[in-house]
Amino acid sequence: MKKEEKIEYVDKKGKRVDGRAVDELRPIKIRSRVLPRADGSCYLEWGQNKILCGVFGPKEVIPKHMANPFKGIIDFQYRMAGFSVPDRKNPKPGRREIEIGMVCGAALENAVLLEKFPNSMISVFVEILDSNAGSRVASLTAAAVALADAGIPMRGLVSASAVGKAGGKVILDLNKTEEDAPDAVDIPLGILNNTGEIVLLQLDGLMTMDEFKKAIEQGYIATSKVHEIQKKALLEKYAVPAEIEKGEKL
Amino acid sequence: MSGTADLIYSLRKDKVLGLLKEGKRLDGRGLDDYRKVEVQTEIIGNAEGSAKVKLGETEVIVGTKFVIGEPFPDTPNEGGIVVNIELLPLASPVFEAGPPGSDAIELSRVVDRSIRESKAVDFEKLCVTEGKAAFMIFIDGYILNEDGNLFDAVSIAALNALLTSKVPKVEDEKIVKDEYTGTLKLLRKPLLTSFAKINDHILTDPGLVEEKIMDTSFHISTTEDDLINACQKSGSGAFTKKELFDMAEKAFVKAKELRKKVL
Repeated sequence: MKKEEKIEYVDKKGKRVDGRAVDELRPIKIRSRVLPRADGSCYLEWGQNKILCGVFGPKEVIPKHMANPFKGIIDFQYRMAGFSVPDRKNPKPGRREIEIGMVCGAALENAVLLEKFPNSMISVFVEILDSNAGSRVASLTAAAVALADAGIPMRGLVSASAVGKAGGKVILDLNKTEEDAPDAVDIPLGILNNTGEIVLLQLDGLMTMDEFKKAIEQGYIATSKVHEIQKKALLEKYAVPAEIEKGEKL
Repeated sequence: MSGTADLIYSLRKDKVLGLLKEGKRLDGRGLDDYRKVEVQTEIIGNAEGSAKVKLGETEVIVGTKFVIGEPFPDTPNEGGIVVNIELLPLASPVFEAGPPGSDAIELSRVVDRSIRESKAVDFEKLCVTEGKAAFMIFIDGYILNEDGNLFDAVSIAALNALLTSKVPKVEDEKIVKDEYTGTLKLLRKPLLTSFAKINDHILTDPGLVEEKIMDTSFHISTTEDDLINACQKSGSGAFTKKELFDMAEKAFVKAKELRKKVL
């Protein structure tokens, strides 16, 4: 259904269009505490994706009727900048953005100890500055770091990654080219690391039960790799770089 | 779902859990049983296809309208579908008037993916003139009464509406009124199967009370040729890998049973 050019999504040597192996993630860089006025924040790069996340709260619930007297709520707002995609995107949130906000917010509700903040809300704002597939799992990953940076009590970090299929093979972390493959299957997956439970899961595409099981198993491996990178970003904030000890500026 | 309006259902949680420990549900069903389903098709005179479904007391109506439009630039030889499901305020005291909220949007998009990703509709067959004109099938659905599991009810209705859709005749890239070339042919018959998790119990086809007190829900679209084509974990709460695989295996079975009853 897409372009007629024959793209070999996974070649005989197991190399993908960008040279990665089937179980290889794109490079991920995470920095926490990047927004001075937010309670917590994170800047994350995942392949070409560039994501900024700011967290505010716990704070008063607006609109008031959304307040829950037993526990706090999370309001996850996912937005894309007009220049973040090849064809200029109207920044007004569409149905896709609203759905992404829902599933990401719901995922984080498993991690945050919401019972500690009745009648309050935590706002998570994500802005996609540059996008190339996997922005929702990158957003969720960034949000977890930002929440930790804000000192919000959590059971643990949520780590996310997309798994799926292209060119007949189960692969990790699809890029845009792979997402457009005729047989592409995209599975965003979010895991609460310390329990190993699934907190975000969607799928679109066609696959067999066996492929699905294989993809989910791969997803667990991917998310634990992501978890290591998240932890490192948070620890770096607290670690004293050697330069400072010598009296140099950051 | 909004803050406190549905809190009254949490009062019944202990009773529901007590019954679940014995493998029973409020309405006497087994954990894997669907409620009674009733389907009526060809009920809306002005729609090309239509179906009304009653699943328990959940009632939904879906209609299809075929519109000639310009194909998208990157798929000049394809038509498409547009799915819009609305939660009518008359269906429930907690559905508000106004443009579709996040629940309606999620429902619409999951039903859309269930149909689209299964490749049930051959988009190339919807093309009239390459690059200029193709059929867009508008699939509009309305929830008439909320009693749990809107997803599966809408899925059954949408599939029936599509299967009984009359394809309008086209002349000079315009639809000829009241003339048709046949019924829409689907390549697959995808159906959504929905589960609710309450503590460690997984229930198929959640009823209203179960849905209001559940920890999380899971919707999975499967085809008659044993493929998964859409999934959505909905709401907060979490499930284990084992629970996921069990639900997926069960979904194939339940969807096949349902196809015998509703198509």
